[in-house]
Amino acid sequence: MARLTIDQVSKSFGAFRALNNVSLEVKDGEFMAVLGASGCGKTTLLRQIAGFDKLDAGRILIGDTVVSTPRSHVPPERRRIGIVFQSYALWPHMSVAENIAFGLAVAGIKDPERSRRVAAALTLVELDGFGERRPALLSGGQRQRVALARCLVTEPSLVLLDEPLANLDVHLRASMEDEFARFHARTGTTMIYITHDQAEAMALADRIAVMDSGRLLQVATPSELYREPADETVAGFIGEGMVLPVDVQSVDADGRCWTTLYGHHVRMRCAKTQKPAAARACLRARDLRIVALSAEGIAARIDRAIYQGGYFRLEAHLEAAPEKPLHLAASEPFNVAPGMAIKLAVADGWIIPGSEGH
Amino acid sequence: MPRNGRSVIDPGGLREHAEDYTLLWGLVLVVGVLSVLPLARLLLEGIAPGGDFSGHAFDRVLSSRTTWTATGHSLITALGGTVVAVAVGGVVSLVVSLTNIRGRNAFVFCFVLPMMIAAQVIALAWLQLFGPSSPLLNLIGLAPALGSRNPLYSPGGIIVVLGVQYAPLIFLTLRAGLRTLPRELVEAALAGGAGPMTVLRSIVLPLMTPPLVAGIALSFVSCLGNFGIPALLGIPANYLVLPTLIYQRLAGLGPGVLSEVSVLSMLIGFIAIVGILLQDMMLSRRDFRISTTSSVARPFELGPWRLPVEIGLWSLSVMVLVLPLIALILSSLVPSVGVPLSSRTATLANYEFVLFGHDAARRALVNSFALSATAAIAIPLIAVPLAYFLVWRRSRLLRIVNLVTEMPYALPGVVLAIAAILLFLKPLPLLGLSIYNTVWIILFCYLARFLVLGLRPVISGYYQIDRTLEEASQIAGARLFRRLRSIIFPLVAPAASAGALLIFLTAFNELTVSALLWSSGSETLGVIFFSFAQGGDSTYAAALGTLTVLVTTALMLSTLLVAGKLPLGVLPWRD
Repeated sequence: MARLTIDQVSKSFGAFRALNNVSLEVKDGEFMAVLGASGCGKTTLLRQIAGFDKLDAGRILIGDTVVSTPRSHVPPERRRIGIVFQSYALWPHMSVAENIAFGLAVAGIKDPERSRRVAAALTLVELDGFGERRPALLSGGQRQRVALARCLVTEPSLVLLDEPLANLDVHLRASMEDEFARFHARTGTTMIYITHDQAEAMALADRIAVMDSGRLLQVATPSELYREPADETVAGFIGEGMVLPVDVQSVDADGRCWTTLYGHHVRMRCAKTQKPAAARACLRARDLRIVALSAEGIAARIDRAIYQGGYFRLEAHLEAAPEKPLHLAASEPFNVAPGMAIKLAVADGWIIPGSEGH
Repeated sequence: MPRNGRSVIDPGGLREHAEDYTLLWGLVLVVGVLSVLPLARLLLEGIAPGGDFSGHAFDRVLSSRTTWTATGHSLITALGGTVVAVAVGGVVSLVVSLTNIRGRNAFVFCFVLPMMIAAQVIALAWLQLFGPSSPLLNLIGLAPALGSRNPLYSPGGIIVVLGVQYAPLIFLTLRAGLRTLPRELVEAALAGGAGPMTVLRSIVLPLMTPPLVAGIALSFVSCLGNFGIPALLGIPANYLVLPTLIYQRLAGLGPGVLSEVSVLSMLIGFIAIVGILLQDMMLSRRDFRISTTSSVARPFELGPWRLPVEIGLWSLSVMVLVLPLIALILSSLVPSVGVPLSSRTATLANYEFVLFGHDAARRALVNSFALSATAAIAIPLIAVPLAYFLVWRRSRLLRIVNLVTEMPYALPGVVLAIAAILLFLKPLPLLGLSIYNTVWIILFCYLARFLVLGLRPVISGYYQIDRTLEEASQIAGARLFRRLRSIIFPLVAPAASAGALLIFLTAFNELTVSALLWSSGSETLGVIFFSFAQGGDSTYAAALGTLTVLVTTALMLSTLLVAGKLPLGVLPWRD
């Protein structure tokens, strides 16, 4: 087990900046998810940590050992880390037990000890008795577990998981998520989990690092990320937040503030350092509620109503800001038609820090 | 963009890098010695024959009429052979690939077989088929009158046999292209109201220009460099092409004429390079890239024409493969040339003689087996690590290495043979040993010439492997040699053994190189066959030829058992 330090790392492929001054500290034993859309640089980051590619600037430390700088480079085979690949990368010409034993054999661990550890690893992933099988004869979930056992048997200081659930059926994902969580709790290994699926990241991770266009936008616990996004990109990406302009009128000491949203007074949350000014707020669908047309609220109009079983997802816009798409849920029974006028009450919001003056 | 390549060039001071570095430069050295050194030595001979810059040999050779007559003959037969190959191979490829004929696999096997059999054996088989002593024609009473000239001893004969031998080349390149033809392109045209022939003319053929042109270039260079066919069919008619001219000069006068034959071999190399460059030029003038990739086009229904087309295809196969081979086998059963074959005269004495009664033939059998097997084992050992770098560690250096490995195979065999003579005529520096006039010089040429035959299947094998399989072993702590041994070798083994088999078959049937390099004690089967055929012992030659055909066919058939494990397209005879 070891902590991982990524210090101002940059990497370009030709003119394309895949990583732009990324810094990240992963604590010993932490489960860190790296979340981002495809092409955001998360796979490049993983390959840097693993040592498959060399970096252009910055440095990477595993524990106290510097493993990557632009001038020195510890090759992957000497980093003592584990990876679970998206494709599992099980060697088809070896049995399950041989797959798991390979790392031990390379490390020169001889037989009674080696078979004992292979058997223990198989037990750990609940695949006792599968040792002699070929990977081709296993189901997707079983392959996943073999990959996990193979990666953990050498007791790596750091485990990288590259979208490990992307190739599984939906119903298998939930149980594997469970398995990863139990796993992490049991072994206490430092884990870096690369994914594009925020539900997965939220369910598993102690903290989530959100990446976009090669930059690291925010590192926070799942709840912080959802409740207090650091910038507009994170706000829009996580939980489909809506970003609207507000005027912060007054800030209380407890991190709450009064704002005006298109002429309406709304109580929102903000950083304690927030100053009264024009700013931007992140609103969640559940913060928006339809009220009677005669009640106090912001005038809006429905663009589309999508039935989602038991409730409608409504897409709407404010009369005062037709260019900002909004969405909210409205439960059944609800008489909706596109073009219908409604009024919205806003219950909560988060003032995005540093958004003043936009 | 050496994404991974940089780690190879930058030593970094670590043991792991040293391992990479040593292996890479070791391979570069091997390729350099096999592919670059001989050709560089040949070029030097061209600039400074025998170490002096007078250009005397150049003038003498280039002002000789024989040179230009042979060049003209080479061009005529190579172009003619290519035309025949394109006509036969092209039509067959279109029919096999685009229509719903039955028994495709069996037909492809039979159609490609002549390419795998030695050219000189094919030539002899055809001679036996059409000659006055043809056992087959005699059986049905159609043989030409005794004493009349075999019609194949002529430029026309050379062209037809060359065309038949290399039609599979056109067939294979065109078929590979047709496999990538997206079905939407055909279906869009059909939906637009075009009939099958219009689709063929206006969609399929224009899109197939690149493989067709590549096949034509390949076929031209192969016809140009072929030695066995013009040797058996041309020398008796005193119709010399460049390879046979080189052979006669060298055989008649020995190494004393080395400067002259080097100029001749450079001339033939030059023609081959012009052919290859013409192909590049034609293809770079237009953009032939296909923008979509999808499933292969559905075959056209032939309807009532299916049976006639199938009969046509198989008749072709009977004509170019079955009848000549039957003629060859029948000739091998005749007690001596001219004796009519009947159930009473038929004998296996010829087989007994070539297997047990003839010292040189027995030696040749051992030599050819040993040479082919050594090449077939050694080349994959070079090709697997080399392809590792070529496919997964691209860099400019490796692109050059890749190109260089093609040269000894792309250029006619006589070029490499002459280059090897020049290189090894004097004893090796430092060692003081001479491999000239030994079996080792032949082995050197086989390794150089057939390296690319082993390399190509391995490269396509690598493209089928998920790179993360290697990365996973790297993460598990395995260094390069360990990864190559435990992970990569087993994964590319099917492709590597396909390459090994291809090398074995090609080397086993080889004549062009060994005809120029053999000496007493280092004969190959090709050489012995050729000397039997030339010396008038065509019954012995037929027996030896039949044996090599049997070995070749048996090995080819045996691969069909494991064909499912191989990447598509590495075994030419498997469809």
